[in-house]
Amino acid sequence: VSLAASSPTAGWLGLRHAVRAFPTLLRVGLAEVVAYRAEFLVWILTTNMPLVMLAIWHAVAADGPVGRFDQKQFTAYYLAVLVVRLLTSTWIIWQLSMEIRDGTLSSKLLRPVHPLVAYAGQHLAAVPMRALVVSPIVVLLAYAAGDRLALRDPKMLGLFLLSLVGAWLLIYFMMVLVGALAFFVDSALGVFDLWIACHAIFSGYLVPLESLPAWIRGPANVLPFRFILGFPVELLVGLLDPATAARQLAVQWGYVLVLAGLALLVWRAGVRRYQAFGG
Amino acid sequence: MKRPGLLTRYARLLALQLRMSLVSAMQYRGDFLVRGLLAVLGMTVTLLPVFIVFGQRAAVAGWSFPEALVVVGWFTLLRAVLEGAVSPSLTAVVEHVRRGTLDFVLLKPADAQFLVSTAKLEPWRVVDVAGALAIFGYAFAHLHRWPAPRDLLAGAVFLGLAVLVLYSFWILVVSAAFYVVKVDNLSYLFQSVFDAGRWPITIFRGALRFIFTFVFPLALMTTYPALALLGKLGPSTAAAALVGGLAFAALSRGVWHRALSMYTSASS
Repeated sequence: VSLAASSPTAGWLGLRHAVRAFPTLLRVGLAEVVAYRAEFLVWILTTNMPLVMLAIWHAVAADGPVGRFDQKQFTAYYLAVLVVRLLTSTWIIWQLSMEIRDGTLSSKLLRPVHPLVAYAGQHLAAVPMRALVVSPIVVLLAYAAGDRLALRDPKMLGLFLLSLVGAWLLIYFMMVLVGALAFFVDSALGVFDLWIACHAIFSGYLVPLESLPAWIRGPANVLPFRFILGFPVELLVGLLDPATAARQLAVQWGYVLVLAGLALLVWRAGVRRYQAFGG
Repeated sequence: MKRPGLLTRYARLLALQLRMSLVSAMQYRGDFLVRGLLAVLGMTVTLLPVFIVFGQRAAVAGWSFPEALVVVGWFTLLRAVLEGAVSPSLTAVVEHVRRGTLDFVLLKPADAQFLVSTAKLEPWRVVDVAGALAIFGYAFAHLHRWPAPRDLLAGAVFLGLAVLVLYSFWILVVSAAFYVVKVDNLSYLFQSVFDAGRWPITIFRGALRFIFTFVFPLALMTTYPALALLGKLGPSTAAAALVGGLAFAALSRGVWHRALSMYTSASS
């Protein structure tokens, strides 16, 4: 298959196409979310682990705080986990590895818009619906976090929004990176299971990072997982001071650049290898 | 006269199905290794929060650390059953329904539920079973006592019941495929809720406790068996659990039959 989207001359032309096509892509994506609304709801219910962990910590903290966390802070933390997770997660990896395997990707490669832009549009389109679901959680969160909530200080709010965008980009490029492995091996989902396991431990999804034993906390603070979830969450519930937050934001965006570069490299190499089955 | 004939026929059929999935799993030996490694990592993820929570307190809601580990052991064991034997077969049903290839199963001269439930097996989940036994061993070593033979028997009965309830619930989820077709998400939901079973259900309060006891009976799957093994399960609770579990299994078989009658082949 010869591909307009990946040829080196595409450059500027491709970008112009992408910008012009983006509103349409968003509209299509939104229509898809509305069409499969039951599936969307079930997917939201799937993110129930933070609530279970919250109940557990409530029982633990019933007779006094754990470290910096009392019951109210645990509530704030896990509600923030829900908010960040629901706003930033995507399922592009399943789509990508399936479309590479069954050859559906071919039709996407033939279009004048880069497939990665098309996927991004499709997933960004779901964000307004997700924000709708998330807004009542934010109200509860505002109550639980009190005046430590980042939303009250415009500077912290700005940092938080940037960290949210950074988290979305990190997840997106990571999924492209792992999903594009499907160009080379039969199933990339095994590698992804590995990622999910590491994410659960190192991102702060299961337990706040500061409650981890030191030998896990050390690597957790440096690995990219923390910047996907734990960092925006801690920022939102006021666990970080502005200077630390700004420094970590820089690290996060550094990771975004590295992962984006790697993902595009693997994607290019993969597309060159790609031989679709059928049409 | 007819009964034993039927039984041996199904036993032979079961052996055949098991051999088929073993043979197909052995084709991917490299995969086997990776999967085994993943199972070990999965176990770490399961145990870590329990270690952290009980690192903070000696007991939570009346459960000591080794007692909670017995629950984790049951959870690991049941997850091995779920993901090694129940889930792969029944996920295949969903695919059959969507593509219309369920015809080939229905045409065979054997019970359809039996055929689809034994169609696929993931033998590498044995790693999880070994892990569960190790967790039991560690927990009881820390309790400084071993379960009495009576408790072991009760535990075995409850293992059977737990597998039955788990399987029945999964059959209900799969039955939904006949109505809504796209059920992949539903199975993720099932697995994500099942994850809460690693905790003793009595730690939860209010709505969550009600849900995990009566709506999605996780208590029946992990907490009650653990209590039975610890010799702490009251006879009235045990009896209620047994009756409830059996009734639930009968109900799910009924729903499966109704759903099956809804099936309209999609193939040519």
